[in-house]
Amino acid sequence: MPYIPHTPEDLGAMLQVIGVKNLDELFADIPAAMRPRSFNLPDGLSETAVCERLEALAAKNQHTIPSFVGGGFYNHAIPKAVDALAGRGEFYTAYTPYQPEASQGTLQAIFEYQTAVCRLLEMDVANASVYDGGSAIFEAAMMAARATKRGRIIVDETVNPLYRTMLATLTANLGFTIVTVPHADGAPDIHALQKALTDKAAGVVVQNPNFFGVVSDFSGLFAKAEEKGALSILATYPVMQSVLKTPGEMGADIAVADGQSIGQPLGFGGPYLGIMACTKALVRQIPGRIVGRTVDTQGKTGYVLTLQAREQHIRRAKATSNICSNQALCALRALIHLCLLGPEGLARTAEISMMRAREAEKALTALPGVRRLNTLPFGNEFALVLPKPATEIVEAMLREKIIPGLPVGSWYDNMDNVLLVACTELTQHSKIEQLAAFLRGNL
Amino acid sequence: MKTVFRQSVPGRTGVVPSLPEKRASGMLPKELLRQNAPKLPEMSELDVVRHFTGLSRLNYCVDGNFYPLGSCTMKYNPKFMEHVASLPGFTQLHPLHARLPQGETLAQGALEAMYMTEQLLCEVTGMGAFTLNPMAGAQGELTGALLVAAYHKAKGNKKTKVVCPDSAHGTNPASAALAGFEVVNIASKDGIVDPAALAEVLDDSVAALMMTCPNTLGLFEKKLPEIVTLLRSVDALLYYDGANFNAIMWRMRVGDVGFDVVHLNLHKTMGTPHGGGGPGAGPVGVSERLIPFLPSPRVRKNDDGTYALHDDYPDSIGNVAPFQGNFCVTLKALGYMLRLGKEGLARASDYAVLNANYMRKLLEGHLDIPFNRICMHEFVASAANLAPYHVRALDLAKALLDKGYHAPTIYFPLIVKESLMFEPTETESKETLDRFCNDLIAIIDLAEKDPAPIIAAPVTLPVRRLDETKAAKEMVLTDEP
Repeated sequence: MPYIPHTPEDLGAMLQVIGVKNLDELFADIPAAMRPRSFNLPDGLSETAVCERLEALAAKNQHTIPSFVGGGFYNHAIPKAVDALAGRGEFYTAYTPYQPEASQGTLQAIFEYQTAVCRLLEMDVANASVYDGGSAIFEAAMMAARATKRGRIIVDETVNPLYRTMLATLTANLGFTIVTVPHADGAPDIHALQKALTDKAAGVVVQNPNFFGVVSDFSGLFAKAEEKGALSILATYPVMQSVLKTPGEMGADIAVADGQSIGQPLGFGGPYLGIMACTKALVRQIPGRIVGRTVDTQGKTGYVLTLQAREQHIRRAKATSNICSNQALCALRALIHLCLLGPEGLARTAEISMMRAREAEKALTALPGVRRLNTLPFGNEFALVLPKPATEIVEAMLREKIIPGLPVGSWYDNMDNVLLVACTELTQHSKIEQLAAFLRGNL
Repeated sequence: MKTVFRQSVPGRTGVVPSLPEKRASGMLPKELLRQNAPKLPEMSELDVVRHFTGLSRLNYCVDGNFYPLGSCTMKYNPKFMEHVASLPGFTQLHPLHARLPQGETLAQGALEAMYMTEQLLCEVTGMGAFTLNPMAGAQGELTGALLVAAYHKAKGNKKTKVVCPDSAHGTNPASAALAGFEVVNIASKDGIVDPAALAEVLDDSVAALMMTCPNTLGLFEKKLPEIVTLLRSVDALLYYDGANFNAIMWRMRVGDVGFDVVHLNLHKTMGTPHGGGGPGAGPVGVSERLIPFLPSPRVRKNDDGTYALHDDYPDSIGNVAPFQGNFCVTLKALGYMLRLGKEGLARASDYAVLNANYMRKLLEGHLDIPFNRICMHEFVASAANLAPYHVRALDLAKALLDKGYHAPTIYFPLIVKESLMFEPTETESKETLDRFCNDLIAIIDLAEKDPAPIIAAPVTLPVRRLDETKAAKEMVLTDEP
């Protein structure tokens, strides 16, 4: 019996101790009328057969096609040591550190992760992570609403549309007003955002680099938010954050990010992790697990989950969030990734990605009828305007086994011809040349 | 152990890409750049490997220790599941590729895996359809509560309340509140939901009852048929919290008995690892009448046998995750279901319940067991009988750590004083249970004679009892000088 160690003798002896004749008697509390109508599942398979079946499914995916799709999720190199270390059973078969003395490994790792996040973003406090970048934005909006006792959230339209959909779904019944401020040619409209910041606003959510790859400085906007008593929430991209002006430098109250780019494989959507950090003033508003340093009865340094009075298992319906767990293993991966790369490795990753993107920009804008959507500074992703619908071009180029980028027309009005092109340090020069050649052939 | 920040040596490098020809300052205006490089650790690869190997050794884990943490289903996580979830065909697949025109052709294997998983979960639970969108159990609860709200809204029902029993996990009321509902608590009677108490709070404003079955006392909710009838009378829905689903596979299907929404914790019942606190996965199943409201896009099988994502669901609540949930966790659950199959899944529940009852019998007479009758996959004991010796549930938990076991869940559920919640799971052998119970009984005996060493426990772990009050008061949350 796979994974069940009981011999027939064990079963007999155990039933006898319990005082029942068979296993069925243990389920006597379930009324007969409630028996299943069917349980028509396939027969179990050997380990080899299951692996072969799933290996066959994996082989049906075309994951090696050169692709310039980013959209907030990027194919960065992950050192093999990340897999080796996070793949230790001592980490991945443990659970939430409810017994701190038996969980110092997980707890210290989370404490180090919190520190690394704070140093990367230049914020005071980080939690042990939430599910993903989108849930981090939602939780940040909730923090702003709680802290200001206001219900209006200003959101820049250049925040990742996938996250804006999540925000709308998750806040649907909470009586919030989500005000989406239209973009200006793929850039945040700072003037309009400032205008939207009335004294009814709980917070303003912006992203850097934004969905179109544009890099901005939101210091002025955040100063205006502070003046109006609203919180400023900045979504970032951890790899690029190694070189970009930090949320702390801009005066953000809450910084969030999806941690996919640091140590998490693309994995068809997850698991990733939601990074969340804030100023010291907001420490009691931040949701999720938080690890703190303390001492044991002998004065030895140790780590515990702390500030638990905010959480659902104590506060129930009045908790800061319904979040029960974190993405501990993903946070561990992110931490190991950051330790292996260090500040220099992370910066070089960002810089090589940016160089490749500039190379692609140069090659593609040289094509007839192709231009940048705007001429603003960008990171490793940029938006092109093509002479015909981007979906048509993507569909045609798919047949040539290259994916030129992400069409944005399904998320933005009047942008059917706009294509987002992303590069990372793994983008090869030859693929950029190939992209330019094939795009020329499909215009 | 020294933190990574205190091991950092300026200039030391681990895995670093070659020096780029241009630095950031040559590509972006200065005012868009950070002034100082982030103070991340500078370490060699071996430094990093030693540090995290060292940290890992400070943990108890299922691979190393019996881990009877009630309500968490800490069963063995088969190793082959890590293999299938690390296949490059899955890990290197960009989720947005499937959203490109004709992009589904790039992800046929992944879409088929999702479709198979949804179909298997439907059959295991008896629900009409599943979504893999939610990224954890609590997010599944929130999704379920949003689906309940959407259903009533579409029907024009004015529903404002969700009822939760006092035995519920804290996430239930928290999730219901996030979906915009007022939470009404009801007291249990004899350890289970009391239909009379439910009837008292039931009126047209009640949207749903959230139930965990078996509940957090490990007891099957015997009054379920009455409860279903009561709820139907006011057009309220029945929500199934799948936290304890490991008890009832094949013995009951929640869809067959009248539940409208269910979330499953794949990291519990379907054997995916807990990861030190996550990632999990919390897929949600619904009855036919709630299908139109599920998150969109949804995976469908075409007539030609290929798979596609469809977003033509105008009544969908939207999305609680950017893509199809924690896909690689779902894959592990799929592998687990295929491996065990019909008999293996049924057997998992049968032996989980067998093990829990066996432990209960071995411990009765040594600890107070408030509802000492046939339990399901877990049971709750109380250390209140040790109060005269000044030994609490917490002390027993710490003494168990010294014996090499992870402790049971303590102080939950809230309705039992000094509670200890034991969930052995089906993957533990009789010898392990015997040894654990003998050791626990020896601790209890010692508590009555000489409690001092128990109150001082643990003494064999990397640290002794930690000062949680100091942590909360001083709030040292980062490693800054």
